[in-house]
Amino acid sequence: MRERPRLALALLAVLLAALPFLIGTGLGNSWVRVLDFVLLYVLLALGLNIVVGYAGLLDLGYIAFYALGAYLYAWLASPHFGLHLPFWMVLPLGAALAGVFGVLLGAPTLRLRGDYLAIVTLGFGEIIRIFMNNLNAPFNLTNGPQGMNLIDPVSIGGVSLGKSLEVAGITLPSTYLYYYLFLAATLLVIVVAMRLQHSRVGRAWAALREDEIAAAAMGINTRNVKLLAFAMGATFGGLAGGLFAAFQGFISPESFTLWESILVLCMIVLGGMGNIPGVILGAVLLTVIPEALRYIGDLQRATLGQVVVDPADLRMLLFGVALVAMMLFRPAGLLPSRQRKREFSAQDGVAEQEQASLYDTKA
Amino acid sequence: MDIFTQQLINGLVLGSIYALVALGYTMVYGILELINFAHGEVTMIGAMVALSVIGVLLGASPDLPGLMVVIAGLLVAIPACMALAFGIEKIAYRPLRKAPRLAPLITAIGVSIILQNVAMLVWGRQYVSFPAILPRGQHEILGAHITDLQIAIVVLSLLSMAGLWLLVEKTRLGRAMRATAQSKEVAELMGVNVDRVISYTFIIGAAIAAIAGVMVSAYYGLAHYYMGFMLGLKAFSAAVLGGIGNIAGAMLGGLLLGVIEALGAGYIGDLTGGFLGSHYQDVFAFLVLILVLVFRPSGLLGERVASRA
Repeated sequence: MRERPRLALALLAVLLAALPFLIGTGLGNSWVRVLDFVLLYVLLALGLNIVVGYAGLLDLGYIAFYALGAYLYAWLASPHFGLHLPFWMVLPLGAALAGVFGVLLGAPTLRLRGDYLAIVTLGFGEIIRIFMNNLNAPFNLTNGPQGMNLIDPVSIGGVSLGKSLEVAGITLPSTYLYYYLFLAATLLVIVVAMRLQHSRVGRAWAALREDEIAAAAMGINTRNVKLLAFAMGATFGGLAGGLFAAFQGFISPESFTLWESILVLCMIVLGGMGNIPGVILGAVLLTVIPEALRYIGDLQRATLGQVVVDPADLRMLLFGVALVAMMLFRPAGLLPSRQRKREFSAQDGVAEQEQASLYDTKA
Repeated sequence: MDIFTQQLINGLVLGSIYALVALGYTMVYGILELINFAHGEVTMIGAMVALSVIGVLLGASPDLPGLMVVIAGLLVAIPACMALAFGIEKIAYRPLRKAPRLAPLITAIGVSIILQNVAMLVWGRQYVSFPAILPRGQHEILGAHITDLQIAIVVLSLLSMAGLWLLVEKTRLGRAMRATAQSKEVAELMGVNVDRVISYTFIIGAAIAAIAGVMVSAYYGLAHYYMGFMLGLKAFSAAVLGGIGNIAGAMLGGLLLGVIEALGAGYIGDLTGGFLGSHYQDVFAFLVLILVLVFRPSGLLGERVASRA
């Protein structure tokens, strides 16, 4: 009995290690880049899942933490200020900065619940973006809408991940190297998220999500526990942001719009809130499907002789349709956690009450 | 020219538009406790439909009086938005009325994305300009300028608000709406057709949104598929400022937010010694929103408590 999971794990490890090679030879290097972005979004979705899925606090400004991590990386490792600190210093700093902002945002909004919290966090996200967009005067902090470029790539032991690397006769392009870095970060975050879920704090989050008053009555310090959820989620977001900046080499406020926040939220909702495999599935699907939809342009050219509808325009439209359809037909997500599945499929009145209390305290 | 009076006038004009859009948010929230994210997009569709009608009419006979053409556009945009809102509620919100709160919020975001992208496919990515056909008289009050258009916007907004007020307070439908907002179950027991009342709420909100859409595109002289997003957020902030679910609150909140924004944008440069400029105008709405929710979550006139929501 114990051999099977170990075997499955070993197979998974081999598959993950070989994935860039499989995809790189099968679909081309551009898809390895997509793969890197898949991992970044998995990181983001796992971070947001702590806030939304575990603690039940709807955060629509999550991308602001991603932005903070990215901008801090750009300030400390680019020609902008002439600083070139190593990544192992900058990434934790970015994660910490995002965590501090998570607490700063969390503190005043603690008393709010449900959709009010959603709107306040949304406002916070927009404020951060507007500041990024405009802080190029009177002194140039963010370089405004043009964004910051020439950001240092991650370099480990003198080996820069920004260039291809030759190992034992095999050339590893930069995207492959980043894949392994992101994979390591993702695995780390998955382990942390799993351990958190079943820890004392994780159980406190679940209690808070289900019924705040009952949780407080059980001796849970709801204020600290909520702040911790915000801080943890934000920290993961900041980490992902730093990795993003290093990988892209270029950041601008355009990468941190509200739609990105919503995209990450949709990943969680689509996959199955609170359930780590579900969240990962959601992130993979919502990153890969839009890329695959690009081929609709080629398809149109082949069948109709010209591009009638720009596939980029169609992507968002289909995305919106998918959101509505998901909510109507499978609201618990593709891979719901066992508990939520029960809540969503419950028919009798008592369960309905429980269900109603999932996101508010009215019941 | 007196800058303070001028900004006050600009703020009141913009604020009356915010107030109209805020009414749609507050009515729906009052009854369903749902943030109808797509409401800003309905406003945008109203502006776009009206501009298309105006374009067609001017193309057919360029000599038509401008005011008549704009009114014709408005008269087409209003029923178009009403039908749209009716469909949105029926397809995207009604099946989810018993689902957890996050579900309709997410469909609302989905509908908003759909409307934006459909508008982009139909009307294109570029700004659509509002033809300069309206009379452009200018008057001077207390050292500030006010245009005919600005006066028309304020008057039309006030008329719409008064109409809505009468509808909600004096008619049978209005009574049914108020009853439904208090308790859907009891209203149903009293013989109110709750589903129909909810449909009407969406439809009325959309009609007002169409008016606001036409006004805002006439005011700025352009329309864009993305214009509904910011407008919607600001209008929602206005609704929260006034006390969400409260119709008078939405009107007050809209006007106040417009004035805060205009004065803030006008004076932020002086206040911060030139550190921050008027391009931070959009920040004010969010700051107001956050401050209100933190210090007075029920809004200026509302009795609803945020922690209950």
